[in-house]
This record gives sequence, structure tokens and C-alpha cells, in this order.
Amino acid sequence: MTERPNLNYIKEISGGNEDFEKKFLTIIQTEFPKEKNDYIENLAANNLEESAKIVHKIKHKLGILGLTGGYKLAIKYEEDLKYGNTRLEKEFQDILKSVEEFILKIA
Amino acid sequence: MKCIIVDDEQSARAIVKELCRTIPEIEVVAEFPNALEALKFLKYNQIDLIFLDIHMPKLTGVDFIETVTNPPKIVLTTSDTEFAIEAYGYEFILDYLVKPISAERFHKCAIKLHNVFCKSASDFERESSLAEDDDLYINIDRRLIKLKFHDIQLIEAKGDYIEIQTKNERYRVHSTLKKIKEKLPESRFLQVHRSYIINFAQIVDIQDNSVLIERNVIPISRSNRPELMQRLNLL
Repeated sequence: MTERPNLNYIKEISGGNEDFEKKFLTIIQTEFPKEKNDYIENLAANNLEESAKIVHKIKHKLGILGLTGGYKLAIKYEEDLKYGNTRLEKEFQDILKSVEEFILKIA
Repeated sequence: MKCIIVDDEQSARAIVKELCRTIPEIEVVAEFPNALEALKFLKYNQIDLIFLDIHMPKLTGVDFIETVTNPPKIVLTTSDTEFAIEAYGYEFILDYLVKPISAERFHKCAIKLHNVFCKSASDFERESSLAEDDDLYINIDRRLIKLKFHDIQLIEAKGDYIEIQTKNERYRVHSTLKKIKEKLPESRFLQVHRSYIINFAQIVDIQDNSVLIERNVIPISRSNRPELMQRLNLL
């Protein structure tokens, strides 16, 4: 079964503070698309070192959104990119897509 | 304790800030998206603690640690345990939190911070109160005898008893070194051996593995020697 993003972690951190939850989701909605675009641009330009740095940032968001499997894959992918290996590109792209859909849904 | 948060991800800063909000002792005074801005702030502002991300563009957390003079205490926040362990060797780094930081882990860190910051304060209070009293009462044959700290030369453990040596007297008290150590100001007394506590002010000289207190040669155990040497005002 494919894992789906969720808000469990954010709710754990907020302890029921709805103001924080709203503000935090707004931050994610702003930060994630920018990071995704940066990643795509750098990957297209074959700038893999920079791509690895952006994957590092995105990895944190996958953890925040409860994507444990996605987080683990991002760890591998980040390392691979540092060595010029893009074999996990497709799988990572699928994860980005699921996050993007989730973000749009909660907007 | 006043703290700042340094992290290039706004979402990461927001999480640390929210977690700090749950700990009344921690006050977040500022947050910065990069280490350079934090460095500028530290030039003119005094803070107790930094939550510092390691992976940042331009100046990384590790570069920051090596750049800043007289750094306050630091808690590292990172997704890379390896980097954190590498940086953990610095004495001013108190902890490292792996992102995403769980509330439970953060609270463990807060306890650690409390112990570091508040323990020093309570130690100070204890030292101050001892300095005011400056004496200790011992029970000898149902008589409470007052001893001034500065008169005590050394204390020796002898089975179930301790012997307190002053300039003119030697008192035998039913107690332990551990108990009396708790009553003595740490700044003035030091346990140099499992059977001996000495008054720092009474040292005549130190030679190899022994210390001379008036005419008494007191052994220094290997484990206690580093602390003794560290506390000496060596030329």
C-alpha cells in the first residue's frame, strides 16, 4: 500500500494549537513548491550537487508529513546524487507528486 | 534562557519555535535564515543558547561554530546524524536533535538544558549561602562543636568514622566523606583520594602523587589528580 502524507506530526507538535497548524501549513505551501521547482531546474541542468542539497531540504518535509518510506528513499537519493547517480529519480518524483496533491487538497 | 534559532528552512524554524513555546524557561528572541545574520546579531546581543542547523548554504553550522568567538551553548538540529556527531565534540554543544524533531525528544533536550543552566544557578546559591555561614557544626559526645571552614586542613575517612584535622585539633566523627563533602564549599575543598578531602588553602606543596598539608603527606589518586591540577593557579 502506498503511503500518504498526513498531519500527525504537525498535530503532535502543535498540541492542539490551531493557529500554529494554520501558519505552519501556509509555510509548507510556500516552501515546498519553491524547493520542488529548484530541484527540477537543477536536475534538468545536471547540477546534481545542488539537487542533492535541495533533496536534503525536501527530505525534512517528507518526515514532517509522515512519509517514512519517502524519507528513507530521499536519504538514499540524496547520497546517490552526490555521486552522480539519478536511478531513484522516478520514485522520488512520485513522492513529490503525492506531496503536491496533498498540499493542494489542504489549501 | 534566551535563545535564537538559525536554520535556512522557515518550516524548521517554525517547529523549533513552537516546541520552545511549550518550555516556559526558553525565550526565543530572534530567528535567522542563515549563519551570517546570526553572527552579526551575536556581535551586539548576549544570548544563552542557539538552536543551530548544520546544513545551510554559504556558511554551514560547522563553519559557524568555528567562526564564532565565545559561543553560547548550542543545540544542533540536523537531518544528518553523522555531521552532528562530528560537531558534538565541542564542549559548548549540549545536544543534537534529528529532524523532524519529535516533541518527546525535544522535551528530553529541555531537561538537559534545565540541568545545565539551572544547576549552575543553584550551585551558585549554595556556594553563596555557605560563604555566608562559613562554618560547620560537628557532633562530638552530644556537644555541637563549631568548625570554621578555613580552620579545617583535611578530612580522613577511617572506617565508619571521619577524622577532621584542624590546626590544633583532630576530631573523630561518626560520618562518611560523602556526607561531609556535601556540606563543604566545592570551591575550597577537594577530594584527592577515596580516603581524603583537603582544604585547598592549606596546601604547602604537591609532589608526584602526594600533596603536603602542613606536615601531613596525603596521597593523590590517579583519578582525582586531573581535577586537582586543573584547579591550581599554575604559573
